[in-house]
Parts: sequence; C-alpha cells; structure tokens
Amino acid sequence: MREGLLQLLADSFWKILLPGLTMTIPLTILSFAIGMVIAIVVAMIQVANIRVLKQLSRFYIWIIRGTPLLVQLYVVFYGLPNLGILINPFPAAVLVFSISIGAYDAETMRAAIESVSSGQMEAGYCVGMSYWQIMRRIILPQAFRTAFPSLSNSLIGLVKDTSLASNITVLEMLMATQRIIARTYEPLALYLEVGVIYLIFSTILTGLQAVGEKRLSKYGKR
Amino acid sequence: MLSIRNIKKSFGGVDVLKGIDLDVEKGDVIAILGASGSGKTTLLRCMNFLEKADSGEMVFDGEHFDLGKITKKEVAAIRRKTAFVFQNYNLFLNKTALENVTEGLIIARKVPKAEAIEKGKKALDKVGLSERYDYYPNQLSGGQQQRVGIARALATDPEIIYFDEPTSALDPELVGEVLTVMRRLADEGMTMLVVTHEMNFARTVSSKTIFLDQGKILEQGPSRTFFENPKEERVKAFLRTISHAHLDGHES
Repeated sequence: MREGLLQLLADSFWKILLPGLTMTIPLTILSFAIGMVIAIVVAMIQVANIRVLKQLSRFYIWIIRGTPLLVQLYVVFYGLPNLGILINPFPAAVLVFSISIGAYDAETMRAAIESVSSGQMEAGYCVGMSYWQIMRRIILPQAFRTAFPSLSNSLIGLVKDTSLASNITVLEMLMATQRIIARTYEPLALYLEVGVIYLIFSTILTGLQAVGEKRLSKYGKR
Repeated sequence: MLSIRNIKKSFGGVDVLKGIDLDVEKGDVIAILGASGSGKTTLLRCMNFLEKADSGEMVFDGEHFDLGKITKKEVAAIRRKTAFVFQNYNLFLNKTALENVTEGLIIARKVPKAEAIEKGKKALDKVGLSERYDYYPNQLSGGQQQRVGIARALATDPEIIYFDEPTSALDPELVGEVLTVMRRLADEGMTMLVVTHEMNFARTVSSKTIFLDQGKILEQGPSRTFFENPKEERVKAFLRTISHAHLDGHES
C-alpha cells in the first residue's frame, strides 16, 4: 500500500469519526429514545384494545413499515416545504427515524407484552392493583426483558440507517466520507474505512447488549 | 359474612355454573370438591371476578351486589377484602419474594413502604420463608413459591382467602409444606374457601365440604358427615376413585 494512502486513512479516520460522535450517535440515541416512547404507547394501545386508537395504530404501522425509509426522509425534508413546512435536516432526520423505530418496535413490544402470562395480570388484580399499575410495574418490565434482543437489533439497525440522513444534508459519517472522497478520489479505501467505523459502533452495541441481557436475567428465565 | 345466591356462568353456550348458592361464615374453612369440569374453579374465579358471572347475587358484609351488573368500583371494593392463591402461584416473576408480598400493599393500598416491608417480612416468616426474602420466584421450589403466594394473600389482611387447587401443580413431596401452612391458618381462624383434590385436607381441616357436579351443588355438609356418610351415589363413587388413585400414587 502506498504510504500516502495510509496517511490519508489515518488523517481521515478522525475526520469521519468526529461527525460520528457529534451527529451519528446523537441522532441514533435521540431517535431511538423517542421511537421507544412511541413504540410503548402504540403497543399498549393495541394490547389494551382502545378502539379508534387501535385502528390508527395499525394504520401508522402499515404506512411506516410499508414504505422505504429513504422515501420518508425525502417526503419530510424535500416534500413538506411544498406545504410551507420547513424542517431543518437534523430534526427532520430525528422525526423520520423515531417514527420508523416506533412502528417496528411497537410490534416487538406488543408481542412481548402478549407473551407475559395472563396469570401475572390476575395476580395483580387480586392484590388490588389497577390495570395500569400492573402494566407498568409487572407486565412491562417482563415484556421489556423478552423484547430486549429484538430492540437491540433495531438499535444496531438504526445506527447504520442514520447514513441515509446524508441524503437530506445531515453532515454525518457517510457525508463526511463523501466530502473527503470528492477531494482525494480514493473511494474504495475511504468507503471501506467508514464501513469499519460503523462496524466498530455496531460491535460496541453488541457488547452492550450482552451486558444488558445479563443484567436483565437477574430474575432468570420463565 | 359472605353469601352467594344463584350464581350462573356459561362459556360459549356451555353452562358451567347452573345456579349455585353458598354461605360462608367467619372462620369457616370450606372445601370444594368435584370432578374436573364440574365448575369448582370457575366458581372461585367468579367470586373474585377473574371471570364475570352472567347472573347471581352476592352479599358481602351486609352489602348487596348484583353479579351480572357489577361495576369496576364494586369489584375493587370486594377485592380489597379478599385474597386469592393460584394453582400456578402466579408470583410476579420480576419481583423478589418480599416484593411480591409488599407490592399490593405499597402500590394498591398505599401502605407506607417501611410498614409494608415489616408486614411483608412477618407474612413470609409465618409461612416459614424468613431466609428467602430476596429470592426471585425462579430461585424457589414450587412449594416455596406457593408459600410466598400464601404470604402475599395474608399480607393484605383479607377477610377470606380463596385457594384454587393450591397443591395441584406441586411435586408430591412438596405438597405437605403447603398444606401445613394452610392447616395453621385454619387453626388461627382464617376464613378459607379451598378448591382441592386433597381429600385428607378436606376431611381433617375443613369445617364444611361442598361437592360440585356439572355446575350444581350435589351434596354438602359438615366435612365429618360428608366423608363418613356420603348420601349421593356419585359422591361415593368419586370418593372411592380418589382414594384409590391416591393409593395407586403411593404405591408407584
């Protein structure tokens, strides 16, 4: 390998990692946190069988899961201005990613809640607790543990999906890489490099998942 | 203290309870026997509203309730005075033994935490689990789990405890420890309604035995008379098969 190329990779590593730390990670954390709130609310609406809201939830999941993430980003960022709604790149990306995470993880959470034995609810009623008290203190914690591996999956998926935000001018890792390529004409090396950085991020998250699962297993398997 | 009149329940066109009357006095220990499908578990579940009865009346501490049109508020009020012990324990899997007992006190009854913990420990001591406060259900044997279930019921100071086949899910060698606890409760005057297959418990501990058959009470009476002098042929046949099954079980 040419010495200049090694030097280029070394120099660009920080130039790519920096937007990773300042953009990719905040974008991921923020979107995932908001997405989880949406997911839990939507899952509970379905489990509790709240009539009109349940239909709205199914509609929401249908639309979001049935259309490409990239198209959703374009609609929000390039399309909505037609209606006079202008959203900055970063908030637009957060909006789209959280709505997407919300739809997918709502299904994960719903399945996990439904997998908790109905006896847990009955026992809660018998000691005088209300539906929502039992939900919050007994059912959801158990459901969360069941859902944890799938939720980790969606978090790792989200880290990589944030690269799509480069299409709506969010200066995250992929866009930073493309800018360096425009100057240096070394697409192979630099695209591989950014791929490796994504891989590092995903690997760290996989490790965190293992730690998390161990913590959650304190009350063992069902 | 508690009376049920003409309670009825059907599931998808099948009549499971066909009009049952029941009177419970304070301190009664009533065993409910019957073949599987006779409606005994459904009766218990309807009495604590885990199933909604189609019709019937309940008088609890002088208060009158229409079981067909019971409201959420009434259900909550009645459940405040009762407790339920499940066949499969149904301990909260994400809570320790002590938390299982205190959860209802702290969250539902707003008992101050320190007081609830003290009460919870006392209840667990009573069922012989002073060494297991911080164990999760999956770290306990079936017999221990069921004793936590009983402690959870006791802690809320119920006027009556419903037991739904409390020993049926247990390995034979663990049945004794649960029955011992129940026997002690009976001796202390706790009012208990027990669906069971433990004939020995019914005969020696319960004050009154009720035999359900196809959703109706076929025979009832003081346990002594019931077991020594059953009148109905079906009851006699049932008692014979049960005692034989038990003998077979012991021999194998």
